[in-house]
Amino acid sequence: MSLLEWFLDPAHWSGADGIPMQIGVHLFYSAVALALSLLFAVPLGIYIGFTGKGEGIVAGIANALRALPTLGLLVLLFLLLSPVVPGQLVYGIPTVIVLVLLAVPPILTGTYAGIQAADTEAVNAARGMGYSQVQILWFVQLPCALPLLLSGVRSSTLQIVSTATVAAYLGLQGLGRFILDGRAQGDFSQMAAGAILLAALALILELAFIAVGRLIVSPGLQRTTRAPRKIVPTTATAAIRLTAS
Amino acid sequence: MIFFDAVSKMYPDGTVAVDNLSLNAPNGKLTVLVGPSGCGKTTSMRMINRLIAPSSGTISLDGVDTQSMNAVQLRRKIGYVIQNAGLFPHRTIVDNVAALPRLLGGSRKQTRMHAMELLEHVGLDSSFASRYPWQLSGGQQQRVGVARALATDPPYLLMDEPFSAVDPIVRAQLQDEFLRLQADISKTIVLVTHDVDEALKLGDQVAVLRTGGTLAQVASPADLLAHPTDAFVADFVGSARGYRALGFVNTDDSIPVTPEQTVTLGQHTSTIGRTPSRWILAVNAVNQPVGWVDVELIAGDIISASDLNLSGTVTSAAGSVRDLLNSALASPSSRAVMIDSAGALRGTVTLHDIVSAIGQAKEARPNS
Repeated sequence: MSLLEWFLDPAHWSGADGIPMQIGVHLFYSAVALALSLLFAVPLGIYIGFTGKGEGIVAGIANALRALPTLGLLVLLFLLLSPVVPGQLVYGIPTVIVLVLLAVPPILTGTYAGIQAADTEAVNAARGMGYSQVQILWFVQLPCALPLLLSGVRSSTLQIVSTATVAAYLGLQGLGRFILDGRAQGDFSQMAAGAILLAALALILELAFIAVGRLIVSPGLQRTTRAPRKIVPTTATAAIRLTAS
Repeated sequence: MIFFDAVSKMYPDGTVAVDNLSLNAPNGKLTVLVGPSGCGKTTSMRMINRLIAPSSGTISLDGVDTQSMNAVQLRRKIGYVIQNAGLFPHRTIVDNVAALPRLLGGSRKQTRMHAMELLEHVGLDSSFASRYPWQLSGGQQQRVGVARALATDPPYLLMDEPFSAVDPIVRAQLQDEFLRLQADISKTIVLVTHDVDEALKLGDQVAVLRTGGTLAQVASPADLLAHPTDAFVADFVGSARGYRALGFVNTDDSIPVTPEQTVTLGQHTSTIGRTPSRWILAVNAVNQPVGWVDVELIAGDIISASDLNLSGTVTSAAGSVRDLLNSALASPSSRAVMIDSAGALRGTVTLHDIVSAIGQAKEARPNS
């Protein structure tokens, strides 16, 4: 069966292990992991960005987390949790934990870096005008941090979606099923189809993030091209140099 | 009235930024703090709205000690303009101006309407309102910064090097416009600058601070130029102080203005008649001076725009003696051109008459 035939086979588009269902399950794990990551990383990122405390420690931990071998960690967590967690959750919880650990660092760094990078002049002006600390955070720093924060969320999402395939190792559903089952059955069309579906999903999410960014980030921060720098000669020699160059 | 009473600021490492400063910034007047870097002028200003806490001494606003007020409430009474404007990059121009009134509970519609008026007041066209800060030049951003500081109509205004980050031509323009605005709104202003020209131009009162944070002298610009208290101040106000001081002497009736023979563009040379000197003043249809013409060098029979010498300047009857002298020095005929409020020619004054008037005025006031 060729790759095209695999996609055209109506049997693959329906049922509990059909493409729509697997995409749905895949997105569900990803969404849960992303939501938990946001809940944890955004407030912590705001705290660090706002107070400047713990930046060094967090940056170190975040980098260490990136280096964790996902698959090894998944198996380890499963072994540790299996005696204490009942039923189906023993498969779901390790998966989600692994995904969260992967997703937290980009969101965290995006958030605190965004807040710290907020225009210092604007922050100083706001303070001098009589904005309270909380108002400065809410009305100046956070809106200015939005582009960086959003790019952190975007890279986390893509990492989650592509890594959620590991759920299949623990026997869970998702797009990883096609890849693992295809491998087991020697069905390379199915494997390739799984990979293509995953890539397509990632691409669509990427485009969705761009659209969301356009919508919620102020056009004042979305400068893609710099205004041409006007050079005003204030002395005759400057004017001569300008015309000579 | 902003009153400094023996205010000092010492940092934990022992650096003294401001040393026992006592100063009064009177209501409705513009007080300039000026001095070399490290003289504590910015620190002094930031202690007014408590961005920096004084180590000792008190600062009071109309008799109320600022330490007794809530810092945020205090700052909302004081407009604040900083060097690079510090506009909110994510807000449009009109929303930048409306930001604080909106924060304090004004309706969106009303605060925006008021913001539009303020933008017009600082000389920005309404087409700028929906743009973002990065789309504006430095000078335009600074105008928005001034409009924003005035948005809640605060009685006091602090300005930290407000015109330093723009090129000299725009700076002069902004200064002139700001003086006109201040004549209108009469805020109690403290302005910090390192530029003594700016201090003398803008200040009703100028406080010169010296390195180490001590007050060297506080006086009106004219007084500062005429009676610098010591070598430091004399040095700081510059060696051109004799000439600069003329900027604070008004032209009066003691200087004789003589009627000037004029020509118009397009006039035939045969109709000029006898002229007292080779230079004759050209005016337009409503008698406004347009330039000097050298009668010996007119090309052709008709006076045309290419015959004009444009080096001269004009001065108004309400101008200073410095403007008058400058006009005479700039004019090829050595005669200063005086105009009335409509820009029409009143007459000319010779360089000789100006210099002798200055001499007589100095003799009448031997102290200055």
